Amino acid sequence: MRKRLVSMIMAGTLAMSMALTGCTSGGDTTPVDTGSTGDTGETTEVADTGDTGETADAPVEASGELIKVGVVNNPPSESGYREANVKDMEAVFSEANGYELKTSYSLKNDEQLQAAQGFITEGVDYLLISAAETTGWDEVLKKAQEAGIKVYLFDRMIDVDESLYEAAVVSDMAAEGDTAVQWLLDQNLDEYNVIHIQGAMGSDAQIGRTGALDEQFASGKMNKVVQQTATWDEAEAKKIVESVINSGESFNVIYAENDGMAKGAVAALDEAGITHGVGGDVIVMGFDCNKWALRELLDGKWNYDGQCSPFQAQIISDLIKSGEAPASKKIINEEKGFDATTITQADIDTYGLGE
Amino acid sequence: MKNKITNIFKGGFGQLTIPIVAICMLVIFNLFRDPSFFSVGITHNNDGNIVLAGNLISIINAASELAVLAMGMTLVTAACAGQDISVGAAAAIAGSAFVKVLKSGPEITGFSVILAFIIACCVAMIFGAFNGTLVSVFNIQPMIATLILFTCGRSIAYWINGGASVPVDSPIIKAIGSFIPGIPVPTPVLIVIVVAIIFKLVFHFTSLELFTQSVGINGSASRLNGINATFIRLLTFVILGVCVAVAGIIGVSRLGLINHETLLLDVEMDAILAVAIGGNNLGGGKFKISGSIIGAYVIHMLTVTLYAMKVPSTDVKAYKAIVIVILVVIGSPVIKSKFTKFMTQMKNRKQEVAMKGN
Repeated sequence: MRKRLVSMIMAGTLAMSMALTGCTSGGDTTPVDTGSTGDTGETTEVADTGDTGETADAPVEASGELIKVGVVNNPPSESGYREANVKDMEAVFSEANGYELKTSYSLKNDEQLQAAQGFITEGVDYLLISAAETTGWDEVLKKAQEAGIKVYLFDRMIDVDESLYEAAVVSDMAAEGDTAVQWLLDQNLDEYNVIHIQGAMGSDAQIGRTGALDEQFASGKMNKVVQQTATWDEAEAKKIVESVINSGESFNVIYAENDGMAKGAVAALDEAGITHGVGGDVIVMGFDCNKWALRELLDGKWNYDGQCSPFQAQIISDLIKSGEAPASKKIINEEKGFDATTITQADIDTYGLGE
Repeated sequence: MKNKITNIFKGGFGQLTIPIVAICMLVIFNLFRDPSFFSVGITHNNDGNIVLAGNLISIINAASELAVLAMGMTLVTAACAGQDISVGAAAAIAGSAFVKVLKSGPEITGFSVILAFIIACCVAMIFGAFNGTLVSVFNIQPMIATLILFTCGRSIAYWINGGASVPVDSPIIKAIGSFIPGIPVPTPVLIVIVVAIIFKLVFHFTSLELFTQSVGINGSASRLNGINATFIRLLTFVILGVCVAVAGIIGVSRLGLINHETLLLDVEMDAILAVAIGGNNLGGGKFKISGSIIGAYVIHMLTVTLYAMKVPSTDVKAYKAIVIVILVVIGSPVIKSKFTKFMTQMKNRKQEVAMKGN
């Protein structure tokens, strides 16, 4: 009897843990996101990045009927980037702007596929997708096309024929890297001894942000002191920088592929008494533009922060309202880089993620 | 005293042989590779304090969270014959609670830090008690019971602050995570020493150590002897909860940032490893906390050594695995009994030779 009870409870526990895996992301620590794992939260106000202005105010359909939009996205808990992304979507596709928004958040591709299927059955007008994986979407997108639903991809590309979607609004990670490296070259240092801290190997953000710097290493313009991945982990980044400091090698640039790792690196510099930032011995570069990171820039403790914009909603909304097919299937979301000497509080308020 | 020394030569350090041999091997290897590896220097940090610096300091500093967790994990292992795999996730929860309390006040003062610490401890103890109840009352295998929190813990941590990474900036937090002005030793190292002393005192003044061992060796026999096995098992999980909170707070303070996804990521596996390298039986029973602490330092010395050799960090885990496999195999009962057999044979042969000589 007792054994049976125990086995029943065990089965129940397993079922529960499976259910929990299903609806949450906490266990899944693989940083799959394009931008930035591990950064910050709440974006209360939505900055309209896009160069697009305020076309979104008046509902298009004069009859007052709302445009039904289904969004399949990753959950906001995945990263600060995602959180800002989700809030941006909710703010732009609001009832006030003439939309009826349906959302589904999951880190799992099969659940996302199911959700998309559900939206098609419900009969939405537009389907917006940021896929967990690049494969497996052919069937669903074909069904959407048959049903006359227009599909927009945002943030991430999918491996399907271009004809199956209207347009993809994405970040160009390689451009982010190029902008940052160009900024670094513009500093005209006598020599560049770079500690390069990479994100999770194989992620879009890592590949894009590493590429530009690798070119400089190859051309001999910059010296690679060390190039290590910290898989977006702040503490690991600190250890990597510490090991370089302990080895006695000299360096004057830290290029970290997200803000958290830059913060870890700076903690190691602080403990070793090495000055950094504007006028310091070491140039500190980060990515993602968390508000707290931009404040470090404003204080002159860091030198550069590259943006990875999560604000695609306005661009898509403009496309929908214009009613025209976009000129190109791939629309690059414009992104900036901030310099500590020129950044202002207004920049932080507009472009910063989280608090 | 003399007796003790000869005992060491005869039987090694007992349970501590493997971790001590491992740490000695790493030290010797590093001394050959780079004699200056262990040099400790004195520098000024950016706040103008005089601090110690060097690889040795990096190792004992970075291993602090792991050492604290390994102590708690040893107790759970001994009493429950299984491990808690949710410590990383629980530390993220405790760290988030810590930050939440700090953020809810107008400014961070000594009082609010203490309050936040107590609340973080309570939260972690509640989650520990949850795990402990599943294990001790419902007799669920520890790894399965803690799988629940392992899965959902980091999401819970996210809900607490509602943000993916929340910064906390304060001189007090900085003092906890790196150096107290005027003291050249990193604060996390001091915290490990304090926690170790507390464990020592608890074992000295209570029968917790004995009870834990007897429950781990034979639960029903100890119950018949009047020990409440359920309570002891639950208690070990609650104690681990305190360790988890301390580790989480060290982690948060080190960076001045809570990142629920990366705080103490994968630490549960390292903690179990530290217990195993420490020569403790993962099947429960006898244990030595000191072994686990040395185990934690072995793991970090290995990591720092590999980083110093510029091994790509993607490969570090593979190299770590190789060394750990060797350590665990050497420490396994099969090899141990073979070794003792070999030694007695050698002895017998020596005696024979001596006899013939006569």
